[in-house]
Amino acid sequence: MGVKGRIIRVAGPLVVAEGMTGIQMYEMVEVGEERLVGEVNRIVGDKAYIQVYESTTGLKPGDPVYGTGAPLSVELGPGLIGKIYDGIQRPLDAIREVAKSIFIRRGIKVPALDRSKKWHFKPSGLKPGDKVSGGDILGEVPETPLITHKVLVPPDVHGVLKWVASEGEYTVEDTIATVEVPGKGEVELKMYHKWPVRKPRPIREKFEPAEPLITGWRVIDTMFPIAKGGTAAIPGPFGSGKTVTLQSLAKWSEARVVIYIGCGERGNEMTDVLVTFPKLKDPWTGRPMMERTILIANTSNMPVAAREASIYTGVTMAEYYRDMGYDVLLVADSTSRWAEALREIAGRLEEMPAEEGYPSYLASRLAEFYGRAGRVRTLGSPERIGSVTITGAVSPPGGDFTEPVTANTKRFIRVFWALDARLAYSRHYPAINWIMSYSAYVETVAEWWHKNVSPKWKQYRDEAYDILLREDELKEIVRLVGTEGLSEKDKLILEVARLIREGFLQQNAFDPIDAFATPQKQWKQLEAIIDFYHAALEAVSKGVTVKQIKDSLAVLMRELVMTRYKVPNDKVEEIDKIKQQLIEGLQKLVEGQRTAPAIAA
Amino acid sequence: MAEASTRVVREYETIREVRGPLVIVEGISDAAYDEIVEVELPNGEKRRGRVLETAQGYAVVQVFEGTTGISARGTKVRFLARTLEVKVSDEMLGRIFNGLGDPIDGGPPITSGVWRDINGDPLNPAAREYPEDFIQTGVSAIDGMNTMVRGQKLPIFSGSGLPHNKLAVQIARQATVRTGEEFAVVFAAIGVMHDEALFFKKFFEETGAIKRAALFINLADEPASVRLITPRLALTLAEHLAFDLGMHVLVILTDMTNYCEALREISASREEVPGRQGYPGYMYSDLASIYERAGRAKGKKGSITQMPILTMPNDDITHPIPDLTGYITEGQIVLSRELHNRGIYPPINVLMSLSRLMKEGIGPGKTREDHANVSDQLYAAYSRAVELRSLAAIVGEESLSEIDRKYLRFGEAFEQRFLSQGFFENRSIEETLDLAWEILAILPETELYKIKDEYIRKYHPKYRKKAQQQQ
Repeated sequence: MGVKGRIIRVAGPLVVAEGMTGIQMYEMVEVGEERLVGEVNRIVGDKAYIQVYESTTGLKPGDPVYGTGAPLSVELGPGLIGKIYDGIQRPLDAIREVAKSIFIRRGIKVPALDRSKKWHFKPSGLKPGDKVSGGDILGEVPETPLITHKVLVPPDVHGVLKWVASEGEYTVEDTIATVEVPGKGEVELKMYHKWPVRKPRPIREKFEPAEPLITGWRVIDTMFPIAKGGTAAIPGPFGSGKTVTLQSLAKWSEARVVIYIGCGERGNEMTDVLVTFPKLKDPWTGRPMMERTILIANTSNMPVAAREASIYTGVTMAEYYRDMGYDVLLVADSTSRWAEALREIAGRLEEMPAEEGYPSYLASRLAEFYGRAGRVRTLGSPERIGSVTITGAVSPPGGDFTEPVTANTKRFIRVFWALDARLAYSRHYPAINWIMSYSAYVETVAEWWHKNVSPKWKQYRDEAYDILLREDELKEIVRLVGTEGLSEKDKLILEVARLIREGFLQQNAFDPIDAFATPQKQWKQLEAIIDFYHAALEAVSKGVTVKQIKDSLAVLMRELVMTRYKVPNDKVEEIDKIKQQLIEGLQKLVEGQRTAPAIAA
Repeated sequence: MAEASTRVVREYETIREVRGPLVIVEGISDAAYDEIVEVELPNGEKRRGRVLETAQGYAVVQVFEGTTGISARGTKVRFLARTLEVKVSDEMLGRIFNGLGDPIDGGPPITSGVWRDINGDPLNPAAREYPEDFIQTGVSAIDGMNTMVRGQKLPIFSGSGLPHNKLAVQIARQATVRTGEEFAVVFAAIGVMHDEALFFKKFFEETGAIKRAALFINLADEPASVRLITPRLALTLAEHLAFDLGMHVLVILTDMTNYCEALREISASREEVPGRQGYPGYMYSDLASIYERAGRAKGKKGSITQMPILTMPNDDITHPIPDLTGYITEGQIVLSRELHNRGIYPPINVLMSLSRLMKEGIGPGKTREDHANVSDQLYAAYSRAVELRSLAAIVGEESLSEIDRKYLRFGEAFEQRFLSQGFFENRSIEETLDLAWEILAILPETELYKIKDEYIRKYHPKYRKKAQQQQ
């Protein structure tokens, strides 16, 4: 059926072929005798410009190019979870077996979903004669102990159900239903279908993100929360802890499905995820995290064109699980590498460069990508709500946030976790700079916190934030006059700000207890610090000095910081005890003040 | 390889244009992308090159040894019907080669071995094994705070005139794993000066390290295009030694700045759209194709540990070369001019340095249980000390609190006792950690908020002394 042409030019990942009349834009093609995978991204007359997803070494003019008649698509069905794919959904573990090598040889074709594995299909109760349309649930498959895979009618199929398979074991290639589609006749449905990656999957309606996506990270959940269906960017120079932060999000967030895209990043980071996720237990269910995770690895040394596609491959899978009614978290590390792939391909196509060599459509591509996030009512029945939350890392050159990728990303995201190299240098992790970061969801998620955790959440959160802002101002003054020149109240601000920074904002991703804090623990820690501040403020106003407080309460203050490591999530009342001791200690100081007022001056 | 060998060598004498290191050959319609080319000058001299772009009617060829003396007339260009391959074997250990892999030590040519494409193939992420074997370098600032593991790529970010070569040599000499296995060293000098090349040669020969080392030397006065080949040659050999022969290989690449300059030069001569500061937009991917050739793999005994060295132009860490490198490598060791000027060796700026794979390589059974806590505490305390030092310079030490003054003393001790060590001083990890405790003891115990109580009681000199007295 396909078009067949031949190569007339090869330059890096770009191949130009002639004799391609009838080829479509973004059609997938196979290049050369080895049938390397490529995609058409410009058509001029009978010439097609093709970006090739594998190394083009050895290709030469005259080699054949075959059209496939379909755009670059992914397979969506049971068996995705727990897998590691490359940027165009080739299973990397299967490639390893086929190639019998630790290296990725090109030209290897392995289907994304295992064709021989049998899945236990249980029909949903739809009967022959029922009208079905895209998104309807035909049945269920236990994909992993964590994920029940809903077998969906593909979004573009509408008709009358003629037959549905009975409960039993099937492979993804077995027909499990037939549908009479007006104008098309009988269509056979399998447990999987294909969907073009560059086309968003349709939905019924989008909602405003209002529920927080709890991540277990204090600085995120309490200070700069992300909502289900929201968008966030995490920019930072190298060494500021982007990857650790993103991996922690993937590990601990309450999303039901996590899709982690290693886009142009380090190979060992993907290995890290592959090694640690099966061992780690999801705090929400106690099951291994790999049972809810899909990895897409197109590392920096893998072909650059596939890197460009990897983002779309990932977000299409995310939408698919969203359509089943799940909350999905998509982590893209890093969107800058994706943008660079875009730039490289644009350069080879000799397109007019805009800022810093990036193509002029960089902004619209970013908007399209982040636009695929959202909390939605899906197609089909029964009615369900799902979400795709997108967090993208940005790697600004030299840590310069004004460069095109960071600047354009900021326009399309609602949460900005700015990583700061200076914080990372002093091992303040996560190195999220609280002055530069923001979240547009603070107001919207407050309701959830007030209902489920404490009605004082917003007030205390804002107070803690104000103390941090005030500390920042005071530091300027300290630079001129030294700490001793400050008023007692300001000295207290500095001490409490330090408690907030060390006991609250910082979090150790690798400590078994500290790595994940429940909203309840977060709240108790915040409450303890702010209540201590209130009591200390009163003590200071009664003449107690900050030095006295530190001299007599240093051990307890350290204890309060150490609750991070010492108090597990199921024993948060321990924090109250320390708080009580601190407040009593302050009261004693006030009493001592009354009996010996002469010292106070 | 296989597909190329079925084709035949084609010869052309139709050079249309010579520009920088590039030759554009007309009339050819079947040059393969990345095919190897032999250029024969009218005087019989032969040079090598490769196809950068191929189309119907022409091919763009990059000549490794430069285009000086090439004339459009009388020069023969042969397309050799194979990609750039090199013969690698363990025979190459103990030998010295030029940047294109020809022996320059007067020894015989390499006879045995396997032919490999120098570009390699990407290591399948699903076939990687996570690096976790602690390498003891004997340098406190590295072992204690930026621990290296086998299979890591950890560069040294230096500046011109700083002792990065000395440090690299010290590490190459002292690096061991606790199981005692030795490293084979593959060393690539890229665009270095004669005296630097001599320094390394002398070191390898005098210490006997040459027996388990292969040296590839491309000098600064040799053509730029060779610099793009040299590190790839070295890594192709390293992959063979590690993954075919099961050896643990340490690869030192110096100086990657020269590599990037060569990349820019060739990109400019091809009139490509430049990215930042004139470096090509694909420099990130290009550097990744070098740095990512490190690691461990499932079912393979050997490993490749990479230590690239680069000099930051004007000591600027945000310059594209260190910047893109830092985004690919698993951390960085940053050298500081300020420490160097104050006579501290090795002048490692620990605050800006980082080892991303440290967490897996340390702890009980590997180094010591308190290692992670001690390292975090050193970082936090030293960064506070540096901050207070600049404050004290403005407001004077007197206006600092007593605790703050203790921090200043800690900072001094950290630099003079912990950081500073001799070129031949090889500290064990226990010595390094005990030294860390000695200087942390300058601070009050309540300041040690990154260290668990049990470790304080076990390792803090105060309690250790008590425990010894009780015994």
